[in-house]
Amino acid sequence: MGDWMTVTDRGLSSESKTISQYTSEIKMSPSSLYSQQVLCSSIPLSKNVHSFFSAFCTEDNIEQSISYLDQELTTFGFPSLYEESKGKETKRELNIVAVLNCMNELLVLQRKNLLAQENVETQNLKLGSDMDHLQSCYSKLKEQLETSRREMIGLQERDRQLQCKNRNLHQLLKNEKDEVQKLQNIIASRATQYNHDMKRKEREYNKLKERLHQLVMNKKDKKIAMDILNYVGRADGKRGSWRTGKTEARNEDEMYKILLNDYEYRQKQILMENAELKKVLQQMKKEMISLLSPQKKKPRERVDDSTGTVISDVEEDAGELSRESMWDLSCETVREQLTNSIRKQWRILKSHVEKLDNQVSKVHLEGFNDEDVISRQDHEQETEKLELEIQQCKEMIKTQQQLLQRKAFEEERASWLKQQFLNMTTFDHQNSENVKLFSAFSGSSDRDNLIVHSRQPQKKPHSVSNGSPVCMSKLTKSLPASPSTSDFCQTRSCLSEHSSINVLNITPEEIKPNQVGGECTNQKWSVASRPGSQEGCYSGCSLTYTNSHVEKDDLP
Amino acid sequence: ASCVQYRLVVRDVNTLQILQLYTCLDQIQHIEWSADSLFILCAMYKRGLVQVWSLEQPEWHCKIDEGSAGLVASCWSPDGRHILNTTEFHLRITVWSLCTKSVSYIKYPKACPQGITFTRDGRYMALAERRDCKDYVSIFVCSDWQLLRHFDTDTQDLTGIEWAPNGCVLAVWDTCLEYKILLYSLDGRLLSAYSAYEWSLGIKSVAWSPSSQFLAVGSYDGKVRILNHVTWKMITEFGHPATINNPKIVVYKEAEKSLQLGLGCLSFPPPGAGAGPLLSSESKYEIASVPVSLQTLKPVTDRANPKIGIGMLAFSPDSYFLATRNDNIPNAVWVWDIQKLRLFAVLEQLSPVRTFQWDPQQPRLAICTGGSRLYLWSPAGCMSVQVPGEGDFAVLSLCWHLSGDSMALLSKDHVCLCFLETEAAVSTACRQLGGHT
Repeated sequence: MGDWMTVTDRGLSSESKTISQYTSEIKMSPSSLYSQQVLCSSIPLSKNVHSFFSAFCTEDNIEQSISYLDQELTTFGFPSLYEESKGKETKRELNIVAVLNCMNELLVLQRKNLLAQENVETQNLKLGSDMDHLQSCYSKLKEQLETSRREMIGLQERDRQLQCKNRNLHQLLKNEKDEVQKLQNIIASRATQYNHDMKRKEREYNKLKERLHQLVMNKKDKKIAMDILNYVGRADGKRGSWRTGKTEARNEDEMYKILLNDYEYRQKQILMENAELKKVLQQMKKEMISLLSPQKKKPRERVDDSTGTVISDVEEDAGELSRESMWDLSCETVREQLTNSIRKQWRILKSHVEKLDNQVSKVHLEGFNDEDVISRQDHEQETEKLELEIQQCKEMIKTQQQLLQRKAFEEERASWLKQQFLNMTTFDHQNSENVKLFSAFSGSSDRDNLIVHSRQPQKKPHSVSNGSPVCMSKLTKSLPASPSTSDFCQTRSCLSEHSSINVLNITPEEIKPNQVGGECTNQKWSVASRPGSQEGCYSGCSLTYTNSHVEKDDLP
Repeated sequence: ASCVQYRLVVRDVNTLQILQLYTCLDQIQHIEWSADSLFILCAMYKRGLVQVWSLEQPEWHCKIDEGSAGLVASCWSPDGRHILNTTEFHLRITVWSLCTKSVSYIKYPKACPQGITFTRDGRYMALAERRDCKDYVSIFVCSDWQLLRHFDTDTQDLTGIEWAPNGCVLAVWDTCLEYKILLYSLDGRLLSAYSAYEWSLGIKSVAWSPSSQFLAVGSYDGKVRILNHVTWKMITEFGHPATINNPKIVVYKEAEKSLQLGLGCLSFPPPGAGAGPLLSSESKYEIASVPVSLQTLKPVTDRANPKIGIGMLAFSPDSYFLATRNDNIPNAVWVWDIQKLRLFAVLEQLSPVRTFQWDPQQPRLAICTGGSRLYLWSPAGCMSVQVPGEGDFAVLSLCWHLSGDSMALLSKDHVCLCFLETEAAVSTACRQLGGHT
């Protein structure tokens, strides 16, 4: 097939590639002449149609060409072009249907083959470009490898040089050290030599001195004398004393006394210094403890272990302090305890500061992603927000209370006017009743009031506001005719205001005395105003209302 | 008191009036006041004579003749009644008593620059001795000259001894060939030995702080090491580099100003804190900005007594400051702050510093360089004072008065008294005198 291919390439250069592809597909092996003809007569996608057709089949060789085609087709697996022969001798008729089918089949095959060819060509292109790419990569890598190899060699060379230098320097150093040692030895030996010489010379010198001394002393020299007019008294007035053993002992004593005094003085100084330093240390410790203990309020779990130790330390230290004040000397154990406790505190403080630092740095690095850690600014912002909210809630509550009061007031006013009208007739009877009922009811409901308020959860203004109308309605039901309910309710609402507002600020324990006090005063006031005129009552109510209003205003 | 040739002249300090005049037999080499200021001894080394004069009784006289023994040094004992004469070749020390006319001898004293030292309270005297090539120290009780303690020291060649101001510790240091300083207690026990390094030249100068808390040891390597009195270990060392980089240190440089004619009494404006340049007629101090490099002197290495190392050390009377001079950098005086243990100020003069001395009462340092100027330094600032007089008055040495109000400036043959008033103004009075001290 090789020469088939080459022939094809050369011969059909002007034609499309598909033709050559197609011809390569066909595995035919006819005679060479025939092959040429077949080549020429391959499917005409170009202009040489006529020539093709005429080349293969002419008027003369129809039968031949048919039989040939039939042969070829059957070898390819196509059905025969001839009709089924009934006998061997009869001429086979051309089966048009078969021919057409075969043609169709051939066309389909052709199309398929073309498609396949296209695919293969594109794949070929792809592969070719891949190949190019890979080749370029390969060449680049090869270059890189070369350069890195060269670099490596250069570095190795440098390394070698440096090591060489290093070795040389080491050698030099060793030499120098050896020299120094040698010189030192020389000096030492010379020193001993000189010392020896010196000693010898000194001995000679001493001998000469001795001789001279003897000569000088032996000479009867009148001149060595002191010529003094009169004796001079001693500076301190004492007379000269003989040198006796006692004086020697006295001198020794004095000397030791002086030494002891000096040591005592120094020891005093050191003790003072020690005491001061201890004071300072204890102060430091206290301050450190106080610094660390406010951590307890912050809900940070990491600090819990340290607060635990702080608390235990505080307890420890209380005992320590009492002990230390007793033993103000530098007892070993006390000293150790003090230093140990200070070290502990310092460690805690240090770790705390480190944690804070870490948190700060974390915030700077991670922004606000970390949920566990809230930065200080965040914290502050949160608290500000919360405070604002609280403020708003308070105001809301106030306005609500006011509205409620007004409403209540209006209602009560209306009822009271009604009552007044009714009371015109039954005034005395109702008064006494009201007083009794009032006191009884107030007494019971006081308790209820207190209980209710103390039981109230702290952050629920709604319940309070609900409570008051409920209570109000209750009271109005029970004592519809008493104006006392109004001021009582007002006191209650004032109290509830107290509680609702104080909820956020003051603890319930503190409310109680206020409540009680407020109640008492209001009660007294209202009771006092009772027997007065209705206007008095009214004014009493209004006064209590203003009172409560004023009180309300006084609240932060 | 000052002496001229063979005459002794005693003057009053405040008025410089001549109070007494004495004549001695020969040229006086050394005069010394007794501790109670009642007597003056005049030593004539050539003749081997010591003459003692009394101020209260001018007629009283005393003459001590050493004869053929010769005289090399003479000094008072602290009680003012005994005179210690060191005979020639350091053969012996003769103790002459003025009260009893008796004589005592001390054998084998050591011939070293500082062999005798008295405690501040005058009770004890320590004497360096050398017998059989070994060093010893003897402690005598000055009241009756009894030998209290005698012990040997582990030094090769003792160069100096000095009592601490509290009288309880004796510092003994070795020759400059070996760095060793030993500390002995009053009763002769060795408290501690300190050696910073070996194989190099060692200690050059030693000074106790007046509170006895510190011992400053200046050595040939240009460093001062401070030992503390509790552990006798070094607490810090001060180096004296030729370049100063720390901006916290004030460096005063003396600079020549243009000459101004005019003499007479000079009063100067008080130095401001962190002073700027203060004027004198000829030179002034300028504050140099760091980095400052000081003039150094390269020592001649093959000669004895090389000019390197810390040659001069002095503590201020309140122990707050230490003044040092590095002989490498002879023009500069270094002032160290002992409270903070760091360098406080450096004064660089135009000529080498000859001597400096602290005011006995306050931290004021007086420096003289051999020129005609006196330099004063205090923590507030420093100034340069011209000594008035005809011609050049070369201040060779100076000496403070005990009260701190005045000081004597000595030149070759003149004495000048400088009075310092309590305010910063300074006035000087000059007297042309012969001789000095």
